[in-house]
Amino acid sequence: MSESMPTRTLADAGGVDHGAVARRSRTWGWWFVAEHRIRAMRSYVFSWVGLGIGEPFLYIVGLGFGLGMLVDANQGEQGVDGVPYIVFVAPALALAAAMQTAAQENTYGVFGGFKWFPMFFSMGGTPISAAHIVLGFQLSVLVRVLLPLTAFAVVMIVLQLGTVGGALVLIGIGLLLATAFGFAVMSWVSTQTDDRGQLSFIERFVVVPLTLFSGTYFPLETLPLLLQWIGWISPLWHAVELGRTALYGAAIEPMMLLVHVGYLVAIAVVCCLLSIRTFAKRLDK
Amino acid sequence: MIEATGLRKQYGDFTAVDGIDFAIEPGEAFGFLGPNGAGKSTTMRMIAATSTRSAGDLRVLGFDPETHGPEVRAQLGIVPQADQLDEELRVVDNLIVYGRYFGLPLDYVKRRSEELLEFAQLTEKRTARVDGLSGGMKRRLTIARGLINAPKAMLLDEPTTGLDPQARHVLWDRLFRLKEEGTTLVLTTHYMDEAEQLCDRLVVIDKGTIVAEGSPAALIREYSTREVLEVRFGSARNAQAAEAMAGIGQRIEVLPDRVLVYDHDGEAAMSAVHERGLSPITSLVRRSSLEDVFLRLTGRSLIE
Amino acid sequence: MSELLLEAPAPTVRGPLRGIYAGNTRSVVARGLRVIARNNWLIVVTGFFEPVFYLLSMGIGLGALIGGVEFYGTEVPYAAYIAPALMAVSAMNGAVYDSTMNVFFKMNYAKLYQQMLSTSLGPLDVALGEILLALFRGLLYASGFMLVTTLMGLNLAWTAVLAIPAALVIAFAFASFGMAITSYMKTFQHLDYVWVVMMPMFLLSATFFPIEVYPQGVQWVIQALPLWHGVDMIRQLTTGLVQPSILLHLAYFAVMILVGLVFTTARLRALFLR
Repeated sequence: MSESMPTRTLADAGGVDHGAVARRSRTWGWWFVAEHRIRAMRSYVFSWVGLGIGEPFLYIVGLGFGLGMLVDANQGEQGVDGVPYIVFVAPALALAAAMQTAAQENTYGVFGGFKWFPMFFSMGGTPISAAHIVLGFQLSVLVRVLLPLTAFAVVMIVLQLGTVGGALVLIGIGLLLATAFGFAVMSWVSTQTDDRGQLSFIERFVVVPLTLFSGTYFPLETLPLLLQWIGWISPLWHAVELGRTALYGAAIEPMMLLVHVGYLVAIAVVCCLLSIRTFAKRLDK
Repeated sequence: MIEATGLRKQYGDFTAVDGIDFAIEPGEAFGFLGPNGAGKSTTMRMIAATSTRSAGDLRVLGFDPETHGPEVRAQLGIVPQADQLDEELRVVDNLIVYGRYFGLPLDYVKRRSEELLEFAQLTEKRTARVDGLSGGMKRRLTIARGLINAPKAMLLDEPTTGLDPQARHVLWDRLFRLKEEGTTLVLTTHYMDEAEQLCDRLVVIDKGTIVAEGSPAALIREYSTREVLEVRFGSARNAQAAEAMAGIGQRIEVLPDRVLVYDHDGEAAMSAVHERGLSPITSLVRRSSLEDVFLRLTGRSLIE
Repeated sequence: MSELLLEAPAPTVRGPLRGIYAGNTRSVVARGLRVIARNNWLIVVTGFFEPVFYLLSMGIGLGALIGGVEFYGTEVPYAAYIAPALMAVSAMNGAVYDSTMNVFFKMNYAKLYQQMLSTSLGPLDVALGEILLALFRGLLYASGFMLVTTLMGLNLAWTAVLAIPAALVIAFAFASFGMAITSYMKTFQHLDYVWVVMMPMFLLSATFFPIEVYPQGVQWVIQALPLWHGVDMIRQLTTGLVQPSILLHLAYFAVMILVGLVFTTARLRALFLR
């Protein structure tokens, strides 16, 4: 349709420049995808805010304080890692929550997007590309993860666990972890076309063991060597090491700093590329 | 065998079924014909003892479904509108497990399942997953499932809605066989052709009340003419053309997309239209159907 | 096909249960076992691992930091302290998962109960059947976990054997209640509320540390909730430090089971036979 002669029918209400639409989607497609998901989230926001504020409070005050009484009584003056147990465990609890949320969204959101409410296919029918869908989806997950992370940070600041700056840096580390872990889950889930229960294995055999064996509730060195390797490959452990340094200045070698950040970034990039490839393949049929 | 007097169902302020009377005899195929929301499914659920009535009397196979739900349900075969198959089980297991719900012995249920698979033409799909079946196959499996307890009557709620024409004919063929064997069939439908094909007797139901009752042929004789002429002049001109056609045939109905002329001789009516200098875009002479009966009774068409 | 006709027997249950119970619970259980056998035995079996992971992580890792905990006046190694709690939690989780998430799906998506209740089954057959299935799963997990804790030397007395039936009692109580509550849920978000209740209960019911660390008021609230009774009951059995209060715990669960069953049957009737 040329612009000088707008025909007004139901199919073309006039004034849509299809060339411009295509160009805009090429650049901003990822944002349209994220926007779609964030809009959809608004109906959940109340239950999430409720859970999001309750959870950190419970974990830090309930678990951190309760266990802290036992641990500190036994460990005496030096505490764990040179600080009271509650300070030691707080950043790990926040990061574990970020990882769990990212895993959940990427499991059911990605699988559902192909199968239960096939919005990826309807997006694929518009000028938006597979890469945009992958990036936009993950961006919306980060928005979602921001909620528990912020809540944890607020609780830490209020209870004066570590420094205020550290609590804020912790949010950034949480987002990096969520990106890496989110893409990792996505790259596998997107290859699954039928749910015969294997989706729940992510929670059962990846998320739960990682949460428990990544030096979250106790220093990784406490475990026998036989179990320590889980921590070394766990994105959560790398993030937790960074988090402890940020929150209360736990000692760390500069080299290790690089290793931790590099590991998380590498996982994010590789799994993102894998996801894009899988998405492109599945949308092209 | 099923008898209702003054049967009512109220959901809050909304009256789904508004005092209906009917009696279904053993061995007959009885239909409830009406548009969506007329109260057909609600009536079926009350018969099936899965919904309690608000007022009136209902006897199903000698029992009051309100007080003897399990006894009533034990003797009925149910084919719900949505198939409600057990998607976690294979095809044959759907039949076996359902039969066990009736407390039937396992070896009996197993033998009968094979027989019913054959009847439903699903023997090859015996161990297939239910979610992979086509719509027609699922419906046939649902009918087979409804037969597992050798029911005295089958209740079929819109048995062919959503199926393609070929699948509908396969299904009708199966239902005919049941009818021939003397099974009492009670079905709801909003397709007049289905009602004409399957029902010995039917009630036309609209807004929760019965507006007519009889055999399909008798209803057509009473409420319509032998033939109908359908003419189309384009959506803007139908009403205007209908005015110009006044007096042709016994009765004229104007629908948004066409004009219907009721007459015992459709071709004659057609010539009359041409004589008045009107030239429709398309025209068609057909036999009267239940659709016409419904239109006459309610001023609306069945499928809107 | 007419050579094979057998009429379905009319249900013979009389008395107050007439119309809600057909005495055919076994067909509901049989359906569940068939689904497990054909489809998802792997999912069921792997559910056993979660409490074991917790036990290994917390028992070994935290155990090294904490040492022992006092229970009814006796010092108990930390791993032996949390093992019974994890058993109670897993009995609760399994039962709640089965009676909320699974039941919600069957009610609203698979329409399984509509199918069942259009036969001669009554709502109580369905409720009991589903609960028995949850218990079967609970029995599997409890026995497996018992085996692990025995191998790790965490059962300190012969009374530990009784922990398996005790876990079943806990599962029964939660399952019979969970199904009734699920019947009120309309959307998936409502399921979130279940975890809002479960999570604090899991963290605070003397699972990982004694409730004495909390002020008296908080302690009373925790002691009113069912999981604390479950944890304390199983812990008394596995440590051999059995107290008279175990009778109180059992009474608590007996009431919960009874109320839950009546409640669930009434709800199923209201939902599907109205």
